Amino acid sequence: MSIPENLMYTAEHEWVAIDGGVASVGITDFAQSALGDVVYVSVPAAGADVTAGEPCGEVESTKSVSDIYSPVDGEVIESNPEIDDDPGLVNTDPYGAGWLVRIRLADDAEPAGLLSAEEYTALTKEAE
Amino acid sequence: MTTPDPAKPRETPLRGVHEQLGASMTEFAGWLMPLRYRSETAEHQAVRTAAGLFDLSHMGEISVRGPGAAAALDYALVGELSAVPPGRARYTMICAADGGILDDLIVYRLAGQEFLIVANAANSGVVLAALGERVAGHDAEVTDQTAGYALIAIQGPAAAGILGPLASVPLDGIRYYASQPATVAGRDILLARTGYTGEDGFELFTPAQDAEHVWSALAGAGAAAGLVPAGLAARDTLRLEAGMPLYGHELGPAVTPFDAGLGRVVKLGKPGDFVGRDALAAAAQAAPRQVLVGLLGGSRRVPRHGYPVLWNGQRAGEVTSGAPSPTLGVPIAMAYVEPAVASAAGDAGSGLAVDVRGRAEPARLTPLPFYHRTSSRT
Repeated sequence: MSIPENLMYTAEHEWVAIDGGVASVGITDFAQSALGDVVYVSVPAAGADVTAGEPCGEVESTKSVSDIYSPVDGEVIESNPEIDDDPGLVNTDPYGAGWLVRIRLADDAEPAGLLSAEEYTALTKEAE
Repeated sequence: MTTPDPAKPRETPLRGVHEQLGASMTEFAGWLMPLRYRSETAEHQAVRTAAGLFDLSHMGEISVRGPGAAAALDYALVGELSAVPPGRARYTMICAADGGILDDLIVYRLAGQEFLIVANAANSGVVLAALGERVAGHDAEVTDQTAGYALIAIQGPAAAGILGPLASVPLDGIRYYASQPATVAGRDILLARTGYTGEDGFELFTPAQDAEHVWSALAGAGAAAGLVPAGLAARDTLRLEAGMPLYGHELGPAVTPFDAGLGRVVKLGKPGDFVGRDALAAAAQAAPRQVLVGLLGGSRRVPRHGYPVLWNGQRAGEVTSGAPSPTLGVPIAMAYVEPAVASAAGDAGSGLAVDVRGRAEPARLTPLPFYHRTSSRT
């Protein structure tokens, strides 16, 4: 189970990479493994406002559907254009080609409540 | 043999094999079972195009034997088991006195006085208890054989070609819904041509201690032909595409076989009384309360178990099973709908939708099954 050191995480199994006031967001390797084959991802279009902790999309897999929660407050500036045609990228490369959205942070302050890789690893151990 | 600890899921004789294969395990009906080994979609497609190997050891096996066994089953079940020749099998059901379905079953007649009943894992206790009561007074003995058997299924168009060279009997001699004692890879098993995938295939009732040997022999022999191990996730999408009902979804105690469109399994013409006869005779005459239909999803959001079916904006039924279909590439579902919807919605083809988590997604009726294999059955 891959949990890269350089990313932040949420208890809802999203990962976040913040660079220059923009958060890139996806779901973790743990999440994609639990979901199974992802067949459809719905995420907000560019321009949508999102709120930390609120559902902003959904991931459909063969067996289940799960909400995606926005990890930060801000405005969606881009969603992954490849995901619609190839939702399996979420399974094969969750931290890379399977990213979901980029969100411009609402303010310059570091978003609160995100987990470190170490904290998220502990959380996934509990879930097992 | 140890008594199962109710707090801990039971493990099949193939637990070690699944661990070696890196399966993702899940608890299902009190058993620890492989959900998937790698991609469940790839496993599904392997069964459609080549073959898949399944551990179904969670299924209940119940033996009914004795001079009165056939008469006892005619009374206990809705089918006419006394009319089944030795070596053949029947799909049937066990119903409550009110006609509600307690379980759907495959009954193999092994010999004139010997039957093997396969029950769903979640229901095998209920079935065993009901059979025990209903057989009383007949000269027959009911025993639970579940712990002694591993049930290994090999399913798919390549199944016969893989199994044939390992089997002691010619597979051409085993018709669909037939069984025969045989050896496979040198071990004594009961070989049945049955399955739950919509493909040709076989189910091998294997003594628990021989399970790993038989599994490994099949896996080794089939690898070159594209055989892969397949888990419960693939099994569910395969049976759904094949339009096969699943207990707890399409079937249950509030549903009669007639509600489920399976009234043909109820043999009202058989001699003697049977449990549920009066209620089922009435159900056979009554206008159906609901109709089981197939739905094709019109968006990529998947109708799932329990989601309301809408007709012209009004609730008119409920989804019983739904999944993205690997073969069709769109969401498919089975649902119970009001009879008027089943007939009227087919004409216009519009106004039908499923409430998928608060949003109405368009759907249309389609005849079941969703998938029908093209090659002919033996």
